[in-house]
Amino acid sequence: MACSATPKIVHGPLPTNSLRSAEKSDSSCKFMGPSSFFGSKSLNKKLFSVNKAVSSVGHRSAAVVAVSSDVVKEKKLKSSSSLSNLLITREEGLVLYEDMILGRAFEDMCAQMYYRGKMFGFVHLYNGQEAVSTGFIKLLKKEDCVVSTYRDHVHALSKGVPARQVMSELFGKTTGCCRGQGGSMHMFSKEHNVLGGFAFIGEGIPVATGAAFTSKYKREVFKEDCDEVTLAFFGDGTCNNGQFFECLNMAALWKLPIVFVVENNLWAIGMSHLRSTSDPEIWKKGPAFGMPGVHVDGMDVLKVREVAKEAVGRARRGEGPTLVECETYRFRGHSLADPDELRDPAEKAHYATRDPIAALKKYILENNLASEADLKAIEKKIDEELEEAVEFAEESPVPARSQLLENVFADPKGFGIGPDGRYRCEDPKFTEGTAQV
Amino acid sequence: MLGIIRQRAASKVSHASSLEQGIRTLRAFSSSAKQMTVRDALNSALDEEMSADPKVFVMGEEVGEYQGAYKITKGLLDKYGPERVIDTPITEAGFAGIGVGAAYYGLRPVIEFMTFNFSMQAIDHIINSAAKSNYMSAGQISVPIVFRGPNGAAAGVGAQHSQCYAAWYASCPGLKVLAPYSSEDARGLLKAAIRDPDPVVFLENELLYGESFPVSAEVLDSSFCLPIGKAKIEREGKDVTITAFSKMVGYALQAAEILAKEGISAEVINLRSIRPLDRSTINTSVRKTNRLVTLEEGFPQHGVGAEICATVVEDSFEYLDAPVERISGADVPMPYAANLERMAVPQVEDIVRAAKRACYRSS
Repeated sequence: MACSATPKIVHGPLPTNSLRSAEKSDSSCKFMGPSSFFGSKSLNKKLFSVNKAVSSVGHRSAAVVAVSSDVVKEKKLKSSSSLSNLLITREEGLVLYEDMILGRAFEDMCAQMYYRGKMFGFVHLYNGQEAVSTGFIKLLKKEDCVVSTYRDHVHALSKGVPARQVMSELFGKTTGCCRGQGGSMHMFSKEHNVLGGFAFIGEGIPVATGAAFTSKYKREVFKEDCDEVTLAFFGDGTCNNGQFFECLNMAALWKLPIVFVVENNLWAIGMSHLRSTSDPEIWKKGPAFGMPGVHVDGMDVLKVREVAKEAVGRARRGEGPTLVECETYRFRGHSLADPDELRDPAEKAHYATRDPIAALKKYILENNLASEADLKAIEKKIDEELEEAVEFAEESPVPARSQLLENVFADPKGFGIGPDGRYRCEDPKFTEGTAQV
Repeated sequence: MLGIIRQRAASKVSHASSLEQGIRTLRAFSSSAKQMTVRDALNSALDEEMSADPKVFVMGEEVGEYQGAYKITKGLLDKYGPERVIDTPITEAGFAGIGVGAAYYGLRPVIEFMTFNFSMQAIDHIINSAAKSNYMSAGQISVPIVFRGPNGAAAGVGAQHSQCYAAWYASCPGLKVLAPYSSEDARGLLKAAIRDPDPVVFLENELLYGESFPVSAEVLDSSFCLPIGKAKIEREGKDVTITAFSKMVGYALQAAEILAKEGISAEVINLRSIRPLDRSTINTSVRKTNRLVTLEEGFPQHGVGAEICATVVEDSFEYLDAPVERISGADVPMPYAANLERMAVPQVEDIVRAAKRACYRSS
């Protein structure tokens, strides 16, 4: 399905073989038909990368990015053969499994605690979407940065924030990662470079773009060897928001090291993605701005991981941003206050059969990467960790009254007064910089 | 004085802009104060701060190749290059957010809004991701960002380009809001804002850009900084206190001249900092004069004057001899016609009349 001068939209599914050969030629461009999009069983394994049409914009060259899933598919078909064909090693498999189990068990525990009255306010759970978080975040270094939305517990956990700190934060205790001042929707951790946690959809995207801008600035102005990458996670509803498009433009314009990860779970609270979007295929919005747009099955952690490797690698090499659309699903309602009546039970049942944890477990067992007992041991370990986290959170103290007025400003005494009591600007050392004035 | 020592040391190794060299040469020859426009003051402050700290960068529409929509960032692109003086597409929400993200990560952005009316497109980032972040993250993530640009009415620009945002931003905890008047204010406060580890909203005024003010040698020094949160008493008096900020300070001073001829000695306070408001200076002054006139250009309801009035009533009620007079812009979107616009913004006669009413001398 190669095209020459102008791109042609191909409707209908593309057979796998032609995809692989077409992928090799740089000047071709291919588009996925819409029918394979919404999780139909036979076509849900397709993965395509899209080139910007080379001929229409002279100087801008397109990059073929993502690994197509036929590589994955082929490996799956040959699953009984040697270990070298597998996508993950045993250790990686166990790490991924543990992270997903942690995410799922944590969110289930949150629901329990909420209904017992220990947690309050808005709580948005991530059940069902663990593959996206684990698939992407487990590839990052500690210095890389993650920016998320209000559905951020699992992003924080995957990035390395201890479960007990996240649980205390949710309980509103002073030992939480933000000392109880942030809450469910505002998980910040400077140590693990989790930059939040934003309640407004689309708000995190420019902030993530700014963090990526800093990486580039450090390289260009400070001349540091900085290859830090930023991941921005957001949902399908956000893709209709102006800030999303503004940042796609600027990130592509300035070639920022960022990956825009769309967790398309098809539903804003009760508003279906199809009802609210003129063109529901979000990955297509990437090439409109000059970056590759990739669609991946977000219920399969291995596929997500393969795409993530490419996208993160691209960003690290300085080739610019990528838009990755992960087709996923949330098993629970939008938040714990949502009765979740508008979604079709048949749809929910369908996605429940595609549970990412079950899929990974099956893969691990079929390929003899670990035994049933190993996996059970991991589950038990996570259960214990969570019990301990809940206990820790319960026993932690609530914030002291004096904490109310703390941390409004970074200035400890506020208003330009330094710790020695004098105005900061009068301090002679204050103006010492690295450049001569 | 430290400033002078630094200046001498710096001049040996300076490859400063021609502006600074010009200043230094002039300083050598003149002993009296030099004149400097607010525009040059802001430009020199930005220049010096960018030179001293490579983490400082400027981002906004037309700040680079166009030399700044109001020429405040003139010459900076040539000096510091396109990595540090960044022309953006017309995406206030986008680039304000990018600035906040960069500030989270340790850089010190100076985000320019062409006017603060456009900041409404980005107000989510100013308030929600900049102002509130230090609190929400319990001190882990501070946001050393400056949002600057012209604020308030210009001349004949219509309703959507004339609003004053001092009251809006000053009501939000986590932000510092500054409003300079003279060149000294502009230089000192902008330097303090850039060095401050918290988000600062820096409200300039388009009509003041071209005005010249005398500046002393101390002001021209590169380490000159004004403290945030302290007001300045521009003119001492004993009969009535007039508080003002930005362009209105000039009007208040003119009104004070007129009042002086009529035997009323007015004390004019240049607020400089709207948040934090220098309540102690205001209260001390009211306790001295016993009468207060608050002056601002913005809309009256929930304005800066309302806050000052409340604070004086709370702290110095027994000292007030007359009700507080509140002068503000008219409670209408700014009209276009020149005569209507004049009526919608406080004029010197209005201030004089209000001061006389406060002194029970209205005729």
